[in-house]
Amino acid sequence: MDWGTIINNTLAGLLTPTTIAFALAALGLAMHFGFAGLLNFGIAGFMAIGAYGYAISVLTFGFPWWGGMIVGIIGSILFAILLGIPTLRLRGDYLAIVTIAAAEIVRLLFLTTAFTDVTGSADGLFGYNNAGGFTNANPFPPGSYGWGPWTYNSETLWVLTFGLGVLAVCVWFLWALMRSPWGRVIKGIREDEEAIRALGKNVFAYKLQALIIGGIFGGMGGIIFAAFANVSPGVYVTSITFFIWTSLLLGGAATIWGPVIGAVIFWTLQAFLSNILPELALAGILPVSGTQAATLRFVLVGIGLMLLVIYRPQGIFGDKRELTFVK
Amino acid sequence: MSNNDSPIKSTGLHIGEAAPGCKKTDPMLVIDHVKKSFGGLTAVDVEHLEIPKNAITALIGPNGAGKTTLFNLLTGFDTPDTGAWEFLGTSLSGVPSYKVAQMGQVRTFQLTKALSLLTVLDNMKLGSKNQVGESIFRALFPGSWRKQDAEIELKAIELLKRFNLDAKQADFAASLSGGQRKLLEMARALMTDPVLVMLDEPMAGVNPALTQSLLGHVLNLKKEGMTVLFVEHDMHMVRHIADWVVVMAEGKVVAEGPPETVMNEQAVIDAYLGAHQDTDLGVVTGRISIIDQEKDK
Repeated sequence: MDWGTIINNTLAGLLTPTTIAFALAALGLAMHFGFAGLLNFGIAGFMAIGAYGYAISVLTFGFPWWGGMIVGIIGSILFAILLGIPTLRLRGDYLAIVTIAAAEIVRLLFLTTAFTDVTGSADGLFGYNNAGGFTNANPFPPGSYGWGPWTYNSETLWVLTFGLGVLAVCVWFLWALMRSPWGRVIKGIREDEEAIRALGKNVFAYKLQALIIGGIFGGMGGIIFAAFANVSPGVYVTSITFFIWTSLLLGGAATIWGPVIGAVIFWTLQAFLSNILPELALAGILPVSGTQAATLRFVLVGIGLMLLVIYRPQGIFGDKRELTFVK
Repeated sequence: MSNNDSPIKSTGLHIGEAAPGCKKTDPMLVIDHVKKSFGGLTAVDVEHLEIPKNAITALIGPNGAGKTTLFNLLTGFDTPDTGAWEFLGTSLSGVPSYKVAQMGQVRTFQLTKALSLLTVLDNMKLGSKNQVGESIFRALFPGSWRKQDAEIELKAIELLKRFNLDAKQADFAASLSGGQRKLLEMARALMTDPVLVMLDEPMAGVNPALTQSLLGHVLNLKKEGMTVLFVEHDMHMVRHIADWVVVMAEGKVVAEGPPETVMNEQAVIDAYLGAHQDTDLGVVTGRISIIDQEKDK
């Protein structure tokens, strides 16, 4: 067993564009579920709309990279409004059903061959980072940066820097909102929306605002993901939604840093498992083939999610008193 | 408030005879033909009802009489099939519940709704109306709301002191006992500076000592110029503090008047207070017709 490679790859998982993208999406989910109590199981749909919004407006409409990203964000806002208006008046569980369906509809719309010219269908989209000038906007000269497991070429470094900047702004934004009286109303709605209504607050408007804010974070996650890899409809599947949920619950749903740290732990753990499990299979310790071993990690993620919800529902950073699942 | 003090009752509230639907000298709420059915069951069917201003009105009646449903209709939490009602001369038909609350009509719930995972102080501060920082854009600029928030906090602490909850202000509302939650809900309602306070069974499940202090609080509301409408099953409390009593049965107003007279009406005693406490509601139907017969005499 090559422990050196395993450790190296695991540590590299601490800081990758993927980790940042998922931290952003988890931050959006923290807004939705942790603070506002909105059960959104369609965060993958917000990510897909952010990513496709960016890629399509660059490739099809010739937008510059920043214009495309703004389109991606506007797309997630519209998706939140479209989703929210019919469902936010319903009980929470119905929102969960509708969001999971809406995210699938979005993915299938991007996958269908009817719009191949625009969406690239199953092949997805690529080359937009060059076409839109995102790659050229890189301020770092070509070369190798960092040390040990954290060695990056200038392109990755640019995506990382950009992603960290966006993440920092979003974290600040969420923090600033949640310490304000606006945040107090949002948390009140999570606890009991009828009581808040009886105090004269327009609960529907607040819920829609929360859905939009979280949706923007999710869309930004999709954009950062697209800035590093190609846009492919195979990425934005329902299991991605559950990975993000796991990250969120790991860190603590009703916290600011929880979703960020949760995403980091989740992807580091993923990197570790995807390296060690095939090695264990190869060494004959696990009685399965290498490919089977690689998928075994998803089984472990599922078990982990269950244990987490049962034994530590408030997550790592959550207030012990604040058991989000216990009412 | 001591046990012996008898609160000063407001009188001269009505015009003409104290009968169901009688006119009030100074009504705060006027209800006309409000009807609500759930499937085949008519929960509320009120022809005409006026709630007097700056007085304590009790709404009593057997279980299933439609008291809470009427509450829900008046506060916009439920929509009636037909009917209209006015609050201080403004029609409230079709007005959403949050706007009703903004107009100064605040309610509490039969099943107490404390916001469990918020601190007691945050629960209170939520009650305050017209907060600048509750707008999403201004929320980002603490300079715009910090001063107002500090004022609200002072007011909240003041009220918490009055309700003996100030020692608990930093705790989650979830840690409060059932009775303390009732107090918190009432205090939170007062944060909205209401003109009409609607309390749904404020005394249910509260121990006698706390009942006494809650009674004091309700009387204080009137002293401060507010109007109170409450649903209650505790007849002792109704007799003690209510200026006016409205009796409902099977969705209809069957009697109203000052507590002393209403509670002596044979119909009310039969329908509600328990001439035959162990008979089921089905029999009440028969007795309500007795009311009509007696009136005819």
